[in-house]
Amino acid sequence: MDKDCAVYCENVKKAYDTGGDKVIALGGIDLQIKLGELMMLVGPSGCGKTTLISVVAGILDQDSGVCEVFGQNLLKMHARDKLKFRAKNIGFVFQAFNLLPSLTAAENVSIPLILNGVKRKEAERRGAVMLEKVGLGTRTRSFPNQLSGGQQQRVAIARALVHNPKLIVCDEPTSALDHETGHQVMDLLKEVAMGHDRALVIVTHDSRIFGFADRIARMDDGHIEKVVNSVTEL
Amino acid sequence: MNHIALKMLMGDRGKYFGIVMGLTFASLIMTQQPAIFVGLMSRTSSFISDLGYPDIWVMDAKVQFVDDIKPMQDTELYRIRGVAGVQWAMPIYKGMLKARLADGTFQTCIVVGIDDTTLIGGPPEMLAGKLADLRRSDGVIVDIDGATTKLAKPAKTAGGKPIPLQVGDTLELNDKRAIVVGIAKTTRTFQSQPVIYTTYSRAMAFAPRERKLLSFVVLKIKPNADRQTVIKRIKQTTGLAAYTQQEFKDLTIEYFMTNTGIPINFGMSVLLGFLVGAAIAGQTFYNFTLENLRQFGVLKAMGASNGTLLRMILLQAVLVGIIGYGIGVGLTAWFGYAMRNSILAFKFPWQLLVFSGVGITLICMFAALLSIIKVIRLEPAIVFKG
Ligand SMILES: Nc1ncnc2c1ncn2[C@@H]1O[C@H](COP(=O)(O)OP(=O)(O)OP(=O)(O)O)[C@@H](O)[C@H]1O
Ligand SMILES: [Mg+2]
Repeated sequence: MDKDCAVYCENVKKAYDTGGDKVIALGGIDLQIKLGELMMLVGPSGCGKTTLISVVAGILDQDSGVCEVFGQNLLKMHARDKLKFRAKNIGFVFQAFNLLPSLTAAENVSIPLILNGVKRKEAERRGAVMLEKVGLGTRTRSFPNQLSGGQQQRVAIARALVHNPKLIVCDEPTSALDHETGHQVMDLLKEVAMGHDRALVIVTHDSRIFGFADRIARMDDGHIEKVVNSVTEL
Repeated sequence: MNHIALKMLMGDRGKYFGIVMGLTFASLIMTQQPAIFVGLMSRTSSFISDLGYPDIWVMDAKVQFVDDIKPMQDTELYRIRGVAGVQWAMPIYKGMLKARLADGTFQTCIVVGIDDTTLIGGPPEMLAGKLADLRRSDGVIVDIDGATTKLAKPAKTAGGKPIPLQVGDTLELNDKRAIVVGIAKTTRTFQSQPVIYTTYSRAMAFAPRERKLLSFVVLKIKPNADRQTVIKRIKQTTGLAAYTQQEFKDLTIEYFMTNTGIPINFGMSVLLGFLVGAAIAGQTFYNFTLENLRQFGVLKAMGASNGTLLRMILLQAVLVGIIGYGIGVGLTAWFGYAMRNSILAFKFPWQLLVFSGVGITLICMFAALLSIIKVIRLEPAIVFKG
């Protein structure tokens, strides 16, 4: 495994137990994501995209196979170390934003820093700086319900980036937004999230944003069908 | 993360108020009902405390509580006076007699007869007249609550306010004339009957003719005598029962505790208050956690440990607990203050604060525990679910 590899999956399998029946969500996934790359995971509903990035982000254990993130085998990690690993290295962006409604934008953005041991004042100051970077410098004291969907997703992106994680996982970051706003969010992600020492995984079935990807992995029924370098090859 | 926990809690005003109200209700019921209970229980022995001064009470061996009068022979007084270590001993008559009021109706009263010469055992506080006025012929002292309510004279005009009994007024006790020479303040008795003080010999005259009329003998021991030793001696020489003031009070309260439904009634109220409060607060707190489960999931995904989330929930529970407890206890204190001049019994010793504090702590722990279990079992992977 070369050293610019961010995520390395080999024969990753995951089945869900639904009261007797086993639903196979991942049927043996092989995938590599490189540093500095924006990888998109696409495919029909129910094919296992969310399950895969959950495993990659370390919030779900696979049944078998190897998943290494920055050379660390998550499955073999102690629960406490895994928490620390997540807090330090992973940024999350969700379809439903998942901001804490009773916290201001700056407070929301400060959470990953606080979880990494930064003092509250300093964390909120850095949160406000990060909000500036995503174009919300004037809305640091706004609550989520005072912001538009696009603005909320910007706050979420700021929250995902504020602690400078090396892997950012996004599940359908544009699905709750209209086309134009979705494009702006992707522009922003590309602009502020990308870097030579970090990787982005974006799950989507919004074909209008496929063009932002460096590589696209197409999934179907728990398998990677193919990995391509541009939309035209899909 | 503490400030985040508090903001989460305050962020949901409806639930926050719901939880606090549940806890307020519980702590209110858990202090107010017992306060009334303690008040009532202390009234059962108010006659003993009002008499205050003497060290030892002597009575028939079968007496179970202060209102359970089993008269003794007058000669017992002299036998008690003869016991070594007794400084002085005085007779007390206590009985229920019918008073005939000015309008011709009857009212049962507690008549207390105290030693003619020393007047030991008189009411704790005189509001009008002097205790010594009891020495005037036919003199009685009436307690203020009785004088203004049950013994009051009918209003001059129909529907008007009754006129309180005053010094100089007369009433009839067992067909014998009595003149009010004083008005006293006494602690309300359990049955709230008017209390009439008079001398022992006059009480004998009011009381129906019976062979035995001596209710209690109260005594003071010599300065260097030991109370329990004197009690033992009295029991041996007379075969009567003798108690210290506190022992007699305890005996009386004990009787009411075991022989009436009062403790059970109040116990039920307290239990219901506890259960209803626990149900409201516990349920609402749990719902609050359920509704915020996704937020907890997001924190978990971002690397918050179970310990951190546990502390957050505990902090939330402690906060609502303190606020609910404070308001509930405050309401009880206010209730007691507002009722201070009414007939209602109310006593709020610090032990009740501890009692309800423990109750509220239990409720909060129960509520928090449900939520903590839910959050600890939470899979962080739910954050990606729609
Ligand atoms: N917690 C779960 N319990 C049982 N089955 C599950 C669970 N989560 C997912 N599945 C099943 O696993 C399969 C893959 O689900 P997953 O959520 O990974 O799909 P997806 O590609 O993200 O779909 P979508 O595009 O609709 O989000 C589906 O068949 C789904 O029903
Ligand atoms: Mg999905």
